[in-house]
Amino acid sequence: MADLSVNIGGLKLKNPVMTASGTFGYGLEFSDFVNLEDIGGIIVKGTTLKPREGNPYPRMAETAQGMLNCVGLQNKGVDYFCEHIYPQIKDIGTNMIVNVSGSCCEDYAECAARIGELERIPAIELNISCPNVKQGGMAFGVTAEGAASVVKAVREAYKKTLIVKLSPNVTDIAGIARSVEDAGADAVSLINTLMGMAIDIEKRRPVLSIATGGLSGPAVKPVALRMVWQVAKAVKIPVVGLGGIMNARDAVEFLLAGATAVEIGTANFIDPAVTVKVARGIDEYLERHGCSSVREIIGALEA
Amino acid sequence: MRKYILDLTVAANEHLREGYALLKLTQGRPLPSMLPGQFAELKVEGSETTFLRRPISINYVDEEKNEVWFLIHEVGDGTRKLGAMAPGDTLSVVMPLGNGFTMPASSDEKVLLVGGGVGTAPLLYMGKKMADMGCRPSFLLGGRSAGDLMQLDMFAELGDVYLTTEDGSAGEQGFVTQHSLWGEGQRFDRIATCGPKPMMVAVARCAQERGIDCEASLENMMACGLGACLCCVENTVEGNLCVCKEGPVFNTKKLLWQI
Repeated sequence: MADLSVNIGGLKLKNPVMTASGTFGYGLEFSDFVNLEDIGGIIVKGTTLKPREGNPYPRMAETAQGMLNCVGLQNKGVDYFCEHIYPQIKDIGTNMIVNVSGSCCEDYAECAARIGELERIPAIELNISCPNVKQGGMAFGVTAEGAASVVKAVREAYKKTLIVKLSPNVTDIAGIARSVEDAGADAVSLINTLMGMAIDIEKRRPVLSIATGGLSGPAVKPVALRMVWQVAKAVKIPVVGLGGIMNARDAVEFLLAGATAVEIGTANFIDPAVTVKVARGIDEYLERHGCSSVREIIGALEA
Repeated sequence: MRKYILDLTVAANEHLREGYALLKLTQGRPLPSMLPGQFAELKVEGSETTFLRRPISINYVDEEKNEVWFLIHEVGDGTRKLGAMAPGDTLSVVMPLGNGFTMPASSDEKVLLVGGGVGTAPLLYMGKKMADMGCRPSFLLGGRSAGDLMQLDMFAELGDVYLTTEDGSAGEQGFVTQHSLWGEGQRFDRIATCGPKPMMVAVARCAQERGIDCEASLENMMACGLGACLCCVENTVEGNLCVCKEGPVFNTKKLLWQI
């Protein structure tokens, strides 16, 4: 077996496979299907300072090779997380990472600070890219200045590993990644969902309750791969790649493009055991190519 | 309840009528235990337009043959592909999912199971589990016409069957809520219903008027089936709840329906 371990801004992962926020619950929902300790990191559902009911139903539309969602960050707030969920997940033997969302710098910073007090949460992923909430996240993530301002505020309040999740709904994602790096991020993850839409032609109405939603699944993979490749060349901090990864081959593509680790999202809905299969498949690839460590293939794309 | 990803084999595929396939799946050894009202996520192969699994209620479990049955209403390409499966084909199934109907507390409890269209499917397994514990359920089943009413011989083996059709071709003419049994002073301790939402709302109203506890099985559009994606939520007195995990069965008092 090859050495699959990687390091994301001080956070050591036993393998480069993590789960994408909002697709794996708190991990517990999948414990019948996989040994959670075999996953490099579990990024749990987006958490905000105050509870959020999210958007009305319908929140999902199936698309060709993907799906749209407009869940809208439904969660019970950081207090509930700390009191009720953290005790259930703190002893899972892998990196439990909290995705932190908000609608203003102060909320982001306060939520991050609360999570920072939790001993067994070694990192947060800052969501500045949710397309489904008004003034929520994506407003910050679409300009270099906005992204830098929220990352600076959180950096002051949070001392552990800070991963910043970027929106693909921008013209220059590399520029935003650089500004996030300058503002103190330890790593960036990309891409969040691509903003999209679906229409019911019989009713002549949008399928989703708020008309638009975020597209995920294999349909977005080529876009994600291109952005990861561009960002990996533009920054020195590690890049976490995600967007439509369904199998080990997809994951290896992201690693070759420059990602130090990957996140698996929508694929968990099709195969709840996909995460461990991807980790195993990466190992098989390394063996086949005579690599002793996964680090040998990170950014190893031939020019 | 432990959930599984199983590769099951199609033992039989019976087309009960145009557009409806009864898939009987087996793994040749005992299946995990399942509760009436629970469902499974079935993987669809070979459909270009289908990306997600299809949530289908558990229709029946034949414990002697180690078979679990799914009644598929072919409404789109995904369900058509499921309906076209042949004996010997393999199908990936995630199950059992969701909560299930409340079972009677004792064998003398009188339960009315009200189903419409393909919504009758989970009531068959509910009826079987009730019969297993010595209960005799009443089934009130409705459709547009006689052809819509399926598996009637099996329902009749398990309990008393009352039928309605909109065209009067079987049972009493009209909707399930117009059946004469509602006027007979037939006293039920509990009602469980599954079918189109307008029907379930009407059944919930009948139940409420009579002070009877009523549970309804919902079928909101769903992705993960595990309570992870929060796509299939129903707004309830407790806020947005996942139909896939906190449901699909809800006490109608908990729902914000205009009853």
